[in-house]
Amino acid sequence: MEHIRTPKVEQVKLLDRFSNKSVTGTLHLTATHLIFVESNSTSAQEIWILHHHIASVEKLSLTTSGCPLLIQCRNFRVVHFVIPRERDCHDIYSSLLRLLRPVSYDELYAFSYNPKQNDQQREEGWQLIDLAAEFERMGVPCDQWQLTDVNREYKVCETYPRDLYVPITASKPIIVGSSKFRSKGRFPVLTYFYQEKKAAVCRCSQPLSGFSARCLEDEHMLQAISKSNHNSRYIYVMDTRPKLNALANRAAGKGYENEDNYSNIRFQFVGIENIHVMRGSLQKLLEVMGTRSLSMTDYLVGLENSGWLRHIKAIMDAAIFLARAVTVEGASVLVHCSDGWDRTAQVCALGSLLMDPYYRTIKGFMVLIEKDWISFGHKFADRCDQLDPDPKEVSPIFTQFLECVWQLTEQFPQAFEFSEWFLIQIHEHVHSCQFGNFLGNSQRQREDLQLKERTYSLWAHLLSEKQNYLNPVYSPSFAESHPVLEPSTQAYHFKFWRNMYHQYDRSMHPRQSILKHVLTLKESNRELEGTVQALKTKLQKFGVSTSPLKPQTPPRERSLPPRPQSLILGAPLLSRKEVQQEEDEEVIGEEAREDAPASTGGERTVEGNSATENGYGELKESFGSKNEPSVVTLEFGVARMTC
Amino acid sequence: MELSEHIKTANVEDVTLKRPFHPALRGTLCVTSHHLLFSDRKDEASWQLLILLKNIDAVEKRAVGSSGTITIKCKDLLVLQLEIPGMEECLNIASSIEALSSLESVTEMYPFFYRPSHLTLHGPWGLSSTEQYYKQTERLWDRWRVSTVNSDYSVCPSYTSAVIVPREVDDDKLIRSARFRQGGRFPVLSYCHHRNGMVIMRSSQPLTGANKKRCKEDELLLQAVIDGSELGYVIDLRSAQQAQQARMTGGGFESKSCYSHWKRIHRHHERGKVVQESLIKLVEACNDPSHSVDRWLSKLENSKWLSHVHSALSTAGLVVECVERDGHSVLVHGSEGTDNTLLVSTLAQLILDPASRTVTGFLCLLEREWIQAGHPFQQRCAHSAYSHARLKLECPSFLLLLDCVWQVWRQFPLALEFSEALLLRLAQEAYASNYGTFLCNSEQEKCAAGVKENTHCLFQSLSKPDIEEQYLNPLYEPNDLAIWPSVHPQSLQLWTGLFLRWTEYAQNMVEAREEVWSIVKEHREKAGPDRSNNTPSTHCDTLTPFENLMDELTIL
Repeated sequence: MEHIRTPKVEQVKLLDRFSNKSVTGTLHLTATHLIFVESNSTSAQEIWILHHHIASVEKLSLTTSGCPLLIQCRNFRVVHFVIPRERDCHDIYSSLLRLLRPVSYDELYAFSYNPKQNDQQREEGWQLIDLAAEFERMGVPCDQWQLTDVNREYKVCETYPRDLYVPITASKPIIVGSSKFRSKGRFPVLTYFYQEKKAAVCRCSQPLSGFSARCLEDEHMLQAISKSNHNSRYIYVMDTRPKLNALANRAAGKGYENEDNYSNIRFQFVGIENIHVMRGSLQKLLEVMGTRSLSMTDYLVGLENSGWLRHIKAIMDAAIFLARAVTVEGASVLVHCSDGWDRTAQVCALGSLLMDPYYRTIKGFMVLIEKDWISFGHKFADRCDQLDPDPKEVSPIFTQFLECVWQLTEQFPQAFEFSEWFLIQIHEHVHSCQFGNFLGNSQRQREDLQLKERTYSLWAHLLSEKQNYLNPVYSPSFAESHPVLEPSTQAYHFKFWRNMYHQYDRSMHPRQSILKHVLTLKESNRELEGTVQALKTKLQKFGVSTSPLKPQTPPRERSLPPRPQSLILGAPLLSRKEVQQEEDEEVIGEEAREDAPASTGGERTVEGNSATENGYGELKESFGSKNEPSVVTLEFGVARMTC
Repeated sequence: MELSEHIKTANVEDVTLKRPFHPALRGTLCVTSHHLLFSDRKDEASWQLLILLKNIDAVEKRAVGSSGTITIKCKDLLVLQLEIPGMEECLNIASSIEALSSLESVTEMYPFFYRPSHLTLHGPWGLSSTEQYYKQTERLWDRWRVSTVNSDYSVCPSYTSAVIVPREVDDDKLIRSARFRQGGRFPVLSYCHHRNGMVIMRSSQPLTGANKKRCKEDELLLQAVIDGSELGYVIDLRSAQQAQQARMTGGGFESKSCYSHWKRIHRHHERGKVVQESLIKLVEACNDPSHSVDRWLSKLENSKWLSHVHSALSTAGLVVECVERDGHSVLVHGSEGTDNTLLVSTLAQLILDPASRTVTGFLCLLEREWIQAGHPFQQRCAHSAYSHARLKLECPSFLLLLDCVWQVWRQFPLALEFSEALLLRLAQEAYASNYGTFLCNSEQEKCAAGVKENTHCLFQSLSKPDIEEQYLNPLYEPNDLAIWPSVHPQSLQLWTGLFLRWTEYAQNMVEAREEVWSIVKEHREKAGPDRSNNTPSTHCDTLTPFENLMDELTIL
C-alpha cells in the first residue's frame, strides 16, 4: 500500500478504443486492482484491472481535457483514461509503474488471494491433477518404459520435474552422460506414450554438438528409445527450429544431431521461429488490430505482415507431422528446440492433443497443460513477465498453443468438450498470478515457493464452473470415430481469433451467441428431464402408472432457460465485478431496446473527432460524427441539433 | 434449331467421375437438352448426379491418349472431372455442353420445361405485388399512393407496372421526373419504416449533365417525400468525384441548390466488372490448395471481395442510422440504380424491419427489391467465377447481397428465421434454376416471354408452409428491434459456407449443425408448445449487450 499515493481520482474519463465514446467515473487504486467506476448512477459500469494484467502504462501528452493515461493489458484489454489533473495522473502513473513490477514472488496476487476455502479444500484442489496417474493412463510404466529416480533431488536437471520416464534399457550413467551433452541438462524423456503402437513421444533440449562433438551416452540414449519400440526400426528426431537457427547454434557449441553418429534416426527440421520473432509478430498484430477505423485492406495486409497466422500454421504443421509419425508409421519421435521448453512444449502438447481424445476434454486439457507446460518447465514467469521483467524473455508461446487449439476447435466443432471461453479463461489466469499453478519457471522453484501450501489451484476453480466452459455440440462419439484428429492445413483454415485479441472490445462481437444459446437450451433440457424424473418418481410413490406420461408442460419460468453465470471471467474476486457488469449491461440493454438495440459499441460524441472512426464511417461533417449507433444519450440530442 | 441437334453423342459408358474429396466413380454419362446426367453403374443403390447445363460456367477438355478428360466448372463453384473413353465422344460431349449451357433464348431454358407433379401452373405468380405491399403497410395510406403510370412499361422499362409514390405527385409529374432519370428510374418508395414512417426511396442518377439541367417535377417529387420542413438524405453510392465525372456523360447528382432540403452523402462502391473480377479472384484463391498463409491472405485482400462486403454493410448501416436513429427519409441511388442501390436498400430493410427476417418476409423483400425493381439477373448472372468468356454485363451483386446477409446472420444468429442453406440455395438458383424467378432482366421482359404463365415461381415454392427444415434456423427468435451489424473488419469473415462449400471441412460443420438441431428439438419437445409464447422476453434477454461478450461457433 505504501506505493499508492493517490487512491482515488474523480472525474476521470474512460475513452473507448475504437470510437469517440467516453464515460466519466472515478478511478480507484488498490493494492491489487485498478478500478474504474462509472459515475452515471443508472448504469454504473465497473472495470477491474488486476495489476498483474497490466503490461504497460503510458502517459500521453497533455490535452485540453486532461492528462491521458494509456494502459495495455496482457489479456489484450486496452484502456484509455483521461485524468483531469496532471498531478493525479502522475501519481497514478508512478504508483502503477511500481505496482505492476513486483520485485518478489510474495507480492504476487496469488499469495494474498483467498477464495474462502479451508486448507483441506485447497489441498484437494491441488490433488486434482495427478501426473503419475496420467502416465499410468497412457500405459507407463510398462515393459519398455520405467520411472527413474535420477532427478529426485533435481540434481541432473533443475528444470525438469522429479518424476521422469525413460526406456528400461537406459541406465543411470547413460542418463547422466546424456544430460551433460544436452543444453541445460534436459536429456530425452518420455512425454506421451501411444499405447496402440507402443510409440513414444520424447522431448529434450539441443545437443551440445558444436561442429563435431559426440557423446556416446546420448547416442545410447536415443538408441534405447528406438529399441523400446518394436514397431519401427527408426525414430524421428524433430528439431523444431529453422535450420538456419540450428546451424548458428553450432558456433556456440550447441546444435543438432548428426545423422551419421546416431544409428537409425531420421532427422527433420520443422522451422518454428524463436521467441523473439513471435514476440515481434504479436506486437505487429496488436498494433494493426488496435488501429481505429481500420479498412478491410489494411486489416488483411496487417494480418499478413504480422506473420502471426503463419507462425500458428508452422506449429500446427509440426504437431501434425508428429502425430502422423506416431499414429501412422508407429515410429517414436524425439522433439527438441534449443532449450526444449518453448517450441518443444508447443509441439508435444499439440501433437498429443491430436492423438488422444482425452486431452480434448476439460480435465484432460488441464492434465496436458500440467504435463507438457508446467511440469516440464515452460518458463511461465519469464514468458509471461510475472516478476523482475527481462523484456527479451517475454513471448506469447503459451498463447500460441491456446490459439492452435482454438483453430482446431473451429475445424472440429464436435471434438472438444470445452469451448473457446475455457481457453480464454486459462489465458486470463496464466497472466493474472491469482492462482499458484503458473507461477515461477520450474517445478523446483514452485516447491521452493511452497505454492501448494500458500496458494490455490486454478484447476479446481475452473472445474467448479465447468458449466460455463462446455461446448454444447461436443460429441463423445466423435472422439470414438476420430481418435486421431487430422486437421487440414489449408491456409484458409487459419483465422484471426477475434474473441481472444478483442475480448474486451465489445463493439466487435456478434450481438447474439449461438454457443451460449445452445448451452442454455441444453442446460434447460437437462433440468426438464430432471423435473420429469422427479414427477415420475412422485407419481410412482402414489401408485400411479407413469406409462402414458404426457410431455410435461413446465412451469412458466422454466420456458425461459436460466442464463449461466458470467462466461467470461469467473474468478471469485473478479466475479463480483462481472456480476456487477452483467447487471449494468442489462440496464444498458434495456435502454438500447427502446432505441437502437443491440449495438453496444456504438458510440459517438458530439464534437472534435473525425467521423471516420467507427462503424459505418464517414458522414459529412455537418452530421457531427455519427458512428455506429447505440444507446441514445443526451449527447445525441445535442448532436441532432447541430446537424 | 432444335436443342437436340446440339447433341451428337447422348450417351457414354465407362465414364469416370472425379469430385473433390470423394472417391472416383465409374458410370454412364448422358447429355440431354438441359441436363448432364451421370449415374453410377452399380445396380443396387445407384447414385446419380444431375447437373443443369445452365449451371456450367466453363468446360475444359484435355486429351489423354485415346481418351479425353473434361473439366466442368459450375456456377455454384463445384468443379468436376469426367474421364471419357474415346476422343470423339469427349469432344462431342464438350461441344454439346458448351452450346447448351449458353442458350440465349429465354423460352428455350429449362424452367419452361420443368413440370414437377406437385406444382401446378395456374394461380398467381410470385409472393406479393406492389398493391399488396401497399395494402399491408398502413403507414403509407395517408401520404402515399400506388401509381400505375408504368402499366405498359413505357415510363420506365425496368420498373414493375405499379409503384408507390407520394400522393400529391400526379402521374404527369412522374413521367417528367422519369425523363430526368437514367433509364427512367424515377424515385419510388422502397420501404416505409414501421416505427416512424420515414421512407427509403430508390432511383437512378438524375440526368443533370454538364449544363446542370434541372427538373422541376423531380424536385417536387423529392420535396413531397419529405413533406415540407424536414430534412432528407441522398445516399449517392459513388464518390463525389465519380458523381462529378458522371455529369460529363449526361448523368449527375442532386445539387444542394436545387434540392435544398436534401443532404447528399457520397459513399464509394465498386460496380460491374470490378466486382465480377473480384469474385473471380476470390474463387481462384479459394481453389488453390498450395497457398501459404501469407499468400492466401494477400490473395484474399487482393480480391477485394471482403472490402465490397464491408462497404455494402457500412452504407446500409448509414441508411439505417438516418432512418431509425435520426428519423429522416433517404433516397439511395448510384448510376443506373439496378445494382448497388438495391443491395443497400435491401440490407437496410433487413436491418430495420423484423418482418423481412422471416423466410417469407425475406423472399418477399427479394421479390420486391430485386425481381420487381428490375435487377437484370439474366445479364448479371450470365457467368460466374470460372467462365473464360469475355465479360459483358456480369456482376455478382446478388451474391454480394447474400454474403452480406450471411454476415448479418453471423452476428445475429437468432434474429433470422432462415438458415445459411437458404442463402446457398438462392445463390445457386440465381445462376441456374428450374424456376422462372430469376429469368430475364425485368418484369417487362418476363411478360413478353410468358414467364409467369409457363414457369414455376421459386419463392412460392420455397415459402410453402411445409418448407424444408434445412432452410430454417433452429434458433430463430423473432425480435422487433433493428439489428445493427458491426462493420469492423475483424467482425466480418469469408463466407466459408459458399466459397469453401466443396471442401472436406464442410462435413464437420454439417454434423455440428445437426447436433444443434437435435438439441433444439429436444428442448421443444420437453418445454412444450408453451415456448413459442415467451419469445419477446427471451429475445430481450438474449439481446443484452452482455451477450456481445460471447461468441458463436461458426457452425450454423
